[in-house]
Amino acid sequence: MSDVALRTIGLGKMYHIGSEREKDRTLRDTMVQAAKRPFERIRHPGAATHVSEELWALRNVDLEVRHGEVLGIIGRNGAGKSTLLKVASHITEPTEGCVDVRGRVGSLLEVGTGFHPELTGRENIYLNGAILGMARADIRRRFDDIVDFSETGRFLDTPVKRYSSGMYVRLAFAVAAHLEPEILLVDEVLSVGDAAFQEKCLSRMDAVGAGGRTVVFISHNMAAVRRLCSRVVLLDGGRVTADGSPGEIVALYLKSAARAAAVREWTLLDGPGDAHCRLLRLELTQDGRRLEGQADSSRPLGVSLAFHVECPSRKLQVGFGLLTADGLSLFQSFHTDLATKNPTEPGDYEVRCQMPANLLNKGSYVVSPMVALYFTQWVVRHDADAELRFAVNLDHPTSPMWYSPREGALAPALCWELGPWRQLAVSIPSTGLSRRDDALT
Amino acid sequence: MSTTREALPPLEEGFVRHERKRGWSALGLRELWMYRELLYFLTWRTILVRYKQAVIGVAWAALNPLLTMVIFTVVFNIVLGVKSPSSQVPYPVFSYSGLLPWNFFAGALALSGMSLVGNANLLTKVYFPRLVIPISAVLAGLVDFGISFLVLLGLMAAYGIAPTWHMVFLPVFVALAFVTALAVSLWLSALNVLYRDVQYVIPFLVQLWMFVSPVIYPISKIPAGPLRTAFVLNPMTGVIGGFRWALLGQQFPGGYVWISLAVVGVLFITGLFYFKRMESVFADVV
Repeated sequence: MSDVALRTIGLGKMYHIGSEREKDRTLRDTMVQAAKRPFERIRHPGAATHVSEELWALRNVDLEVRHGEVLGIIGRNGAGKSTLLKVASHITEPTEGCVDVRGRVGSLLEVGTGFHPELTGRENIYLNGAILGMARADIRRRFDDIVDFSETGRFLDTPVKRYSSGMYVRLAFAVAAHLEPEILLVDEVLSVGDAAFQEKCLSRMDAVGAGGRTVVFISHNMAAVRRLCSRVVLLDGGRVTADGSPGEIVALYLKSAARAAAVREWTLLDGPGDAHCRLLRLELTQDGRRLEGQADSSRPLGVSLAFHVECPSRKLQVGFGLLTADGLSLFQSFHTDLATKNPTEPGDYEVRCQMPANLLNKGSYVVSPMVALYFTQWVVRHDADAELRFAVNLDHPTSPMWYSPREGALAPALCWELGPWRQLAVSIPSTGLSRRDDALT
Repeated sequence: MSTTREALPPLEEGFVRHERKRGWSALGLRELWMYRELLYFLTWRTILVRYKQAVIGVAWAALNPLLTMVIFTVVFNIVLGVKSPSSQVPYPVFSYSGLLPWNFFAGALALSGMSLVGNANLLTKVYFPRLVIPISAVLAGLVDFGISFLVLLGLMAAYGIAPTWHMVFLPVFVALAFVTALAVSLWLSALNVLYRDVQYVIPFLVQLWMFVSPVIYPISKIPAGPLRTAFVLNPMTGVIGGFRWALLGQQFPGGYVWISLAVVGVLFITGLFYFKRMESVFADVV
């Protein structure tokens, strides 16, 4: 007997695109079509009846996942990762090929599926548990664990619509984290909550994997993939393009993902975002000009984002995250960091800022645009197709003793002082920080 | 679709295969049974949510048919002179006993017609037998039905109408009403996923359907002949007639209950298969 838990054979999934009507089709269209081709709809109920393009979200995917394996799936947006999970978890059917599964499958494509705002935390735990496939007895048994994990005990009998968004996702993830199928399919759901809670989620996933269960895990978070997975598959254009150890495949992906360039431009049609903000351009500048070649670490590096606003929102936050080349997040910054001005009229806008000089180390960095509505939703995040990668040439403090890069993702030049012991001035000069007398006396 | 498929290797022992279904598939009733707890929870959610934050809560379930009955009595009985067919049963009780199954049916249509589209996030994120959704929507209506039924018992007591032994057959007609509602709901909910026109049609359909069902008037008012035959093809005619027979001891609706039964049977079976046929594309289209 083989030890395979999940196997796909020649798996393919095709969607029709280019037809606006596909989502909100009306009877009139169908009747017109039916008059032209009387039997078409009966034979192909799912097919769009308009002239449309075929898009293979997945094609010829042959994969085997063994029992107890934690398989990571990575790839750009639109590479077919989510489609693969949807097909594997039976939500949608493949167009060709098949998925063979041995064991009970639980899928977690989103946290909080089926949560109802009017219901209390307690009610939602039962409801969500049932939706994820837990039996009532299981939920009752694990109820206290779920509540503990979510840290929302006091609000158990409050409708979740009164929860903060942080509490809401914690509760939602807590239910999901206690799901115990033999095969668990997880789509990017770990990026919820604050840092402490994320760490808790990762530990939980660690435990799930260590417990001998089979896990298929999609993520854009390369650090999580490397930590959790025992094997990684890279998808591109609906096909498996690489399969191997986490370190090897993640490095391969990162090399290909962010485009080494100083500018990225989009049109209103293909720009990442939604009506609140659609990105038109992301550009790196130095000394007032578009960055050419490497950036020098001794001079400020400008980041500029142009975007189109269709529906102005006071909550809009446009910014970016800076990552190391292997996906470690260094910091994020938004145009609302120190001011809260936002467009009130539709139109094209631009925000820009400067990363301070003497901050970056030698090496490669990735600028990943991020757009959010404060406390409401992400508009653009972790979009590998929108990122820019640039290289830094280390030329700050020209101390003769400092000729090789320092350890660390950053190499900030800090302001130091020297003087006789216990005789340094009380105030710290020239750092731009406010005085902290209390800390020094 | 245009691609030729190679034959897939045989299924290994212990595996479940998921592939593209062609043609009419089995109903998967066993699987539906496995998911009975989800059915329970979704029904429970619908009921719970319905009256949250409503000041008088479930009292609406009693008020709605009562007020409708008062208006019907004033407009149709007093102004237009529509009479109850039996002298022992006053018009208010007569019309209320028709409203009881009718409101259940109308409520189920309104709720379940939108049920798949309203639960789009579930359809696209979790697997479960899709039949659970319209079934739970229709089941949820049974609570309102129960409350309205208690009001009817009060009404009968107030008018001094004793229930007859026919009452033991009431569950049969409740079941018939349920299956009728479900049959229509299966069609409407599945069609609504593909054609959003359905959501505009439902309120209109419910309104017209009531006028061609004997809620306001007795079936005996319809002249015998082809017109009566046409009315009898409406399954709700049999359901309402059956309710009045079981509750008020009125004349047994006779032949037309069987016709209703046959019509419901056809609607239900075709609805089930249509639903199963469309099920595979719900997640892609909704």
